Formats: sequence, C-alpha cells, structure tokens
Amino acid sequence: MGPFLISSSFAGLHMIVLDQHPPKPLRPMAAPGAVARLVAHRDWLGFWFMLPAGLILVALLVYPLGLGVWLSFTNATIGNAGRFIGLGNYTWIFGDETFLHSIVFTLAYTLIASSIKFAVGLYLALLLNKRLPFKALIRSIILIPFVVPTVLSAIAFWWIFDAQFSIISWSLTRLGLIHHNIDFLGNPLLARACVIFANIWRGVPFVAITLLAGLQTVSPSLYEAATIDGATSWQNFRFITYPLLTPIIAVVMTFSVLFTFTDFQLIWVMTRGGPVNATHLMATLSFQRAIVGGSLGEGAAISSSMIPFLLAAILISWFGLQRRKWQQGSGA
Amino acid sequence: MASVDVIGVRKAFGHVEVVHGVDVTIRDGEFVILVGPSGCGKTTLLRMIAGLENVTSGEIRIGGQIVNDLPPKMRDIAMVFQNYALYPHLTVGQNMGFSLKLKKASPAEINSRVAEAAEILGLQSLLDRYPRQLSGGQRQRVAMGRAIVRDPQVFLFDEPLSNLDAKLRVAMRAEIKELHRRLATTTVYVTHDQIEAMTMADKIVVMHGGIVEQIGAPLELYDRPANQFVAGFIGSPAMNFLSGTLNVKGGTPHLTLADGAEVPLHKAPAGSDGRPMVLGVRPENLLVAQEGLAAEVGVVEPMGSETQIAVKAGGHALICLIRDRLMPKPGDMLRLAPEPAHVHFFEAETGRRIDAV
Repeated sequence: MGPFLISSSFAGLHMIVLDQHPPKPLRPMAAPGAVARLVAHRDWLGFWFMLPAGLILVALLVYPLGLGVWLSFTNATIGNAGRFIGLGNYTWIFGDETFLHSIVFTLAYTLIASSIKFAVGLYLALLLNKRLPFKALIRSIILIPFVVPTVLSAIAFWWIFDAQFSIISWSLTRLGLIHHNIDFLGNPLLARACVIFANIWRGVPFVAITLLAGLQTVSPSLYEAATIDGATSWQNFRFITYPLLTPIIAVVMTFSVLFTFTDFQLIWVMTRGGPVNATHLMATLSFQRAIVGGSLGEGAAISSSMIPFLLAAILISWFGLQRRKWQQGSGA
Repeated sequence: MASVDVIGVRKAFGHVEVVHGVDVTIRDGEFVILVGPSGCGKTTLLRMIAGLENVTSGEIRIGGQIVNDLPPKMRDIAMVFQNYALYPHLTVGQNMGFSLKLKKASPAEINSRVAEAAEILGLQSLLDRYPRQLSGGQRQRVAMGRAIVRDPQVFLFDEPLSNLDAKLRVAMRAEIKELHRRLATTTVYVTHDQIEAMTMADKIVVMHGGIVEQIGAPLELYDRPANQFVAGFIGSPAMNFLSGTLNVKGGTPHLTLADGAEVPLHKAPAGSDGRPMVLGVRPENLLVAQEGLAAEVGVVEPMGSETQIAVKAGGHALICLIRDRLMPKPGDMLRLAPEPAHVHFFEAETGRRIDAV
C-alpha cells in the first residue's frame, strides 16, 4: 500500500498548486500507470528485491561460466579470439586418450579419497565426541591440515615424496628395509596413491570437525535411553547416531566430493599431472591445455566436461538432503 | 516386579562426594518418590539404580540381586526421562517397540505388545506419527509407553512432569498414579515438586545435601516431620518457623521471641524450660485469635476457598492461611495464636524434632 499512499498525496499536492489557476473540474484520481502497478504489485515485489543479488550472481557466476562454455565451442587460442567450430573440440578430446584417462582418474581420485575421508573423518569425530584427555588440544591439532594453505602442504608432500630427499626413503634405508630410494612421484601407480594420500590428509579435518558438530547435537539422553532399552555400542551407532547424522553427512560429503572432483592445487604442485599424465585430473589437464598449451577452446571443452559430473553429484546430494519425514512438523 | 534395596550407597564425582551414604528400602509394587531441592542427589541416586552411573560404594539390589556391576539392560528396568528422550527419527510405534526390536522379538510380537501399551495410554491413533508432531503431553505418554512395553521389574521416572504446563501436570499426575494402580510395578520417581510427592507416593524419601532426611508416608511426613528441613520442604505454603527461648511461667509455657514478644503455648517438650527452640506452625494452623502474637498485615491474597495473609510478627515473616472471609488491609494489626494440637518443636542447634508432652 505504501507507494499508493505516497502517489496519492503527491497528486493532492499537485491539485492544491493547480487550484491557484483557473478552476478545473475535480476529477477522480487517475489510476496508477502500468509501471507503477508493476513496481508496487505484491507478486513482483519479491522479484525487485532479488534483482540486485541476481545481477551480482549473473556478473560473477553466469558470465564466466557462459564464457567458458562458449569458448569450448570455438578454436580460440591465446592471442586469437577464434571462431565458432561447433562440437569440434569435444569430438577431438573424446578421441584423446589422455583426456579419457583423466576422467577415469578424476572419478577414481574422488571416489577413493572421499570414501576414505568419510571413514576416517567419522572415526575421528566419534573419538573426539567421547571423553578424552586434552580433547581441546587434540581437536585443534586435527584442524591443522585444514588451516595450512594447500600449496604449502602440497610442497611439503612433494618434498616428503621426493625421489632423492624423501624422508620416507631415508628412514627406510636407515632401518635397512630398502637399499634404493623409492621414486614415489616417478612411478605412475605410486604417484597416484601419493596424491590421493595428500588429498585425504588435507580433507579429513573438514569432515571430522563438521561431523563432530553434528554428533554434538545428539542429546546424550537418547544414548542413555537406548542403553536402557538394551542397545550395544554398535547398535547405539547403527540405530541412533547414524540416522540422526545422515542430514549432516549428506551436506559434508557433497562439499567433500565437489572439492575433491575439482581439485587442482595439490596435483599441480606435486606432479603437474605427471608422470606421463598419470595423475592428471580434468582440472589440471584443462589448465595445461588452455593456459600452458595455449589452446583455450580445447581447455574450455575439458572444463565444461566436468559440469555434467558436478551436476550429478549435486543432484544426488539434493535428494539426500531433502528433509526427512521425521524432521518435518512443528518445532520442538 | 521386584523390591529395590539401596544400602549405604555413596557416589563421588572425582573428589566431590554428592551422595553420602543412603539407605532406602522399596517394597515390591511400591510407589516411592525421591524428593528434594535441586542438587540433593536424588537424580544421581535414580541414575545409579538405573545403572547409568557407577556406585562409588555401597550396594544396590533389585529383586534381591546385587546389581552394582550389571549394565542397565541386564537390570530389567525402564526409565522415563525428563526430556522424554524419544528417538526423533522413529515413529511413536517404533519408539515403543525399539527395545523389543533390539531383543530380536518377532514383528508380530512387537506389534501386539506396542498395541497393548498404546491402548493403555490411548496412543492408538498416534502410532505412525513422529515425536516432532506430538504435543508435550503426548510425548510424555509415548515415553511411558516405551517403558510399559518392556514390562520391566522396576519403573524409574526422572522428573517426568517438569516440562509440562501446570494443568497437564495435574492430569498426568493422576494418570501415572492410575497406571501404577493397574500395573502394580515397583516405581521409583524423582521430583523436586513436593506436591507431586504428596499426591502420588506410597512412600516419600526426602533428600537434602546428599543424605536422606526422612522416609515415610506422605501424611506421616506432613504431620510429624523429623526435622526442620522436612518441615519446611513438605507442605505449601511452607511451615512458619519462630525461633526463641522456651519459658514456663506459672505452669503455662511461652516462647519468647528475640524482641520480647511472647507466643502462648499449651504444651512443651519436657525439660525445655529456658532452652532455645524453633517453633513450627503450618500456615493453616496459625489462627486469628483474641489473644496472641501481635502481627502486622502485609500482602493479602484471597484465593476464593481460602485467604493467604503475609504478616510480620516479632521480627519474623509469617504466612497465615485462613478459611474465613476475613479481609484485613495491609497495615492492620492482628493477633495470632497457633492451634495447640498442631505445633512442632525443633532443637535450635540441630533442627531435630522434639516431641511435646
């Protein structure tokens, strides 16, 4: 109603001013124009309020994304705007063994790292939720991998897995267990295991701390009630903890999977996708083709190929995140 | 069904002892209420009976068997928690049948026993709902249903009514009492509300500061409190206390208050002449009389059936409960005299009851 009142009082003011001129027949107030109606209409009001945020989103999200997708349909290179070539880039990369291999490795990397992160994170969270001496201290120690900048920890891992100076090789040699240094990042299989290990090391704290927060929302009296009902500690976990934790697990694992799938820094610092492209993720391969190699169109096509996978992950979690029946209804 | 014996039980958390040697005997089928102010150790004692807390020393027996080292599920007890502790992700029926499911009972048996308990509590139409969709009173009933389904030897209630509104509390009080009458299962019930204790219990255990102050039937505690604490705790509004010195002048005893005012008495404990003493009089036994203690009227609260008057007399704040439609105004002077048959004497030093002769 606000705008109506304002416009009518303005109209009134006008009339008073007009009244000093030769009298005019008094007309009923004109209905507000189409624009005014649109501005004031209830159903549109929400839209107007959302508009600024929407514009920022379009500028910062949709534009780069759109540009990326557009580039993937051109033969642009650095210094050359290129022209539209349809699905040319896609037909090329889907015939490229390195790219196909990077898809497989990205999926494996995500699947293995996320599952282990979940298992270890859940275990740590359950441990930290118990009465432990120095709990606060242990909790902060666990957060360290998460706090250290990724590049820094990647450099540390690079050093740990170095062919010549690896502390692991050094220790094992001293113990007399091996006679030659292990070439961690030179052997394709070992290199893959090493980058997955580094990713797990970095990702566990996030999972552990978030799940711990979820665990702490479970009322201790539920466990007491279940204990009296005859539940063993495994049954306590199976029938009380796990079902009550599922909403948080869904959120944490969605983020974990998205972060892992799009990982770039760790790989780029530790192996640059090597040896012989064995550790290329889709993100690192895209960067290499587009920026290092200069083929912007091809790199963009590789990046854009990640979109369906990410959408699938989001959709799965969206269904997982749907409020369960027991969460509905009026408040506590 | 079983008896419960608590023998010399102590409980310490680290170096802090919170229960200092408690003895309680609960007969088979009895409804016993542990009552006391918060921090008195009543909930800790209940949790020790349940097996949720270890016993530091002493013995707890259920049905004659020592259960100190038995885990909760082996004690054959069921507990109703203050916050109900319903499993939020299970329906009412699943909540009630949870213990049977853990015991690997057949679905048919679970269904029939849940249905039976639901019928007792009038929960039949709610079995498919989730706890969030229930009102406080319904949740309370589901929590009891979960206990009933287990058909335990002992029911334990931990302040089950304190989250309900006053009206519902009165209704549930009657319901729990009726339930006990029907099932006749031994029940231990913890509350800080002495009215709950008075109205529901066969036997009340009054606890204070980790010890048992008195054990007895509700009216026994009301009529013959063992000490000043029980006297002040049981009964609402609380008993009035007047401290002074007992004097026997010309055969009739008087209590002389600090400011010299005298309360005439009909009888006094033997050999009490000249001794400091605390006189206890319940508000309903403090009568407006022709002669007696001069008192200045403060707040007057008419409640319809009776009127509560707060007065100041001899340096004491007293409460007086009268049934006459006497409506004094603040500032009026009244004379008050205790009803001779309903006067309690307590030792000034120890607070222990002394019987008058």
